[in-house]
Amino acid sequence: MRVKHSHAFLLLAAMVLAIGGAPGCNSVNQLPTLDEQVKAAWSEVLNQYQRRTDLIPNLVETVKGYARQEEKVLTEVTDARAKATQMQLPPDILSNPDKFKEFEQNQAALGGALGRLLAVSEKYPDLKSNQNFLALQSQLEGTENRIAVARRDYILAVQQYNTYLRTYPGKWIAGWMYPEMKLRETFTISEQAQQVPQVKF
Amino acid sequence: MPARPANVSRGSHFASSALAVILVLLAARAFAAELKFPPLTGRVVDDAGVLSASTISELDEMLAQHERTTSEQVVVATIGSLQGHSIEDYGYQLGRSWGIGQKGKNNGAILIVAPHEHKVRIEVGYGLEGQLTDAASRVIIENYVTPQFRKGDFNAGALAGTASILRALGDDAAANLHPETVPVAEGVDANQTQLSSSTEFMLMIFLLIVMLIVMRRSRHPYLMRHGGGPYMGSGGFGGGSSGGGGFSGGGGSFGGGGASGSW
Repeated sequence: MRVKHSHAFLLLAAMVLAIGGAPGCNSVNQLPTLDEQVKAAWSEVLNQYQRRTDLIPNLVETVKGYARQEEKVLTEVTDARAKATQMQLPPDILSNPDKFKEFEQNQAALGGALGRLLAVSEKYPDLKSNQNFLALQSQLEGTENRIAVARRDYILAVQQYNTYLRTYPGKWIAGWMYPEMKLRETFTISEQAQQVPQVKF
Repeated sequence: MPARPANVSRGSHFASSALAVILVLLAARAFAAELKFPPLTGRVVDDAGVLSASTISELDEMLAQHERTTSEQVVVATIGSLQGHSIEDYGYQLGRSWGIGQKGKNNGAILIVAPHEHKVRIEVGYGLEGQLTDAASRVIIENYVTPQFRKGDFNAGALAGTASILRALGDDAAANLHPETVPVAEGVDANQTQLSSSTEFMLMIFLLIVMLIVMRRSRHPYLMRHGGGPYMGSGGFGGGSSGGGGFSGGGGSFGGGGASGSW
């Protein structure tokens, strides 16, 4: 059928592209655009989690200097960090529910362990007044906030992308032009729940 | 939360589409839509009404000068109500909504004061996170801002905080205006501001008038066309910077950097 009407088909395609190119229209380029936004938001999420990961060795060392006896909490942080960094992220992680969930759980476990470490630190006045510790603590707080923002941006980007993919005319456009575009996974563990201990060591 | 749409039958297309739309609407409501921000009326937005006229003009002068030499936009905002949100949640959205900082450089920062909630925050745009680190922001808040706020002196706290922010950004001129922020001494009111305040004030008014006149003249042909665009390159000498009236955000973005405090 398509072969028969190839001229009409090409004309239609040209029209669609022309309309799509006009600003403000629901363009055929919208899905790739949304997809790029999801990717950008995701790399920001990874970036901020990485930033947190990088802060940890220094923090652990500083706390050890004052509170060596808190071995359990310190080990917990180190182990959770190792688990989070050792995980291999497959290229399709955004459309792979199991891996995505695993990633999220690992990071949540690390967040929980860090929260407990900071809570324990409250018991040591010398540690609390250590300049290095104060600097690390505020960097960690700032990073947690950046993670929260990055996660929210990601959730919003995915919601726009998924909605476009599941509603008309996006569904037609995707089926016709971008059959490879899949629905993306999003965060399900709430930010509050991340603070709750949920690791078994 | 969202049902996974593996093989959606034709009959439930509508339902699933509607569900998705509702989810997005809900999410938008939960995140951003409910927040209302005061209009960006200048480099100092005193929505809560806690700053004096002389403080506002002094801050404005400092901040305008800083943008002229560096193109970095620093803004002071007192907020009437955080509308039930945390100041961290409110702060980055305010920064994005106002677009503080130049587009592409994201070199903006906001000193946010919420007097009713007793919260203060330095919200730092992506581009300034290297200089105005979280740790530096926290030190500024704890050493120079909250001690003054605790005494109920919002003017002194805002001035000392702003001068310290500019100093962290490498602006020594601003720091010299407020020498009390240079050494870590107790953040006592500088008597220097008292000494020459009347002459300074007159000078400032004069400068403001001159700037307004210049602004008016140049607004129509030049600013209109270039105002929205990013005036990048070295320093924003040309159009955008002004003494208050014509101030607008350059389109910068925020990602939650900075630090908060309370008193």
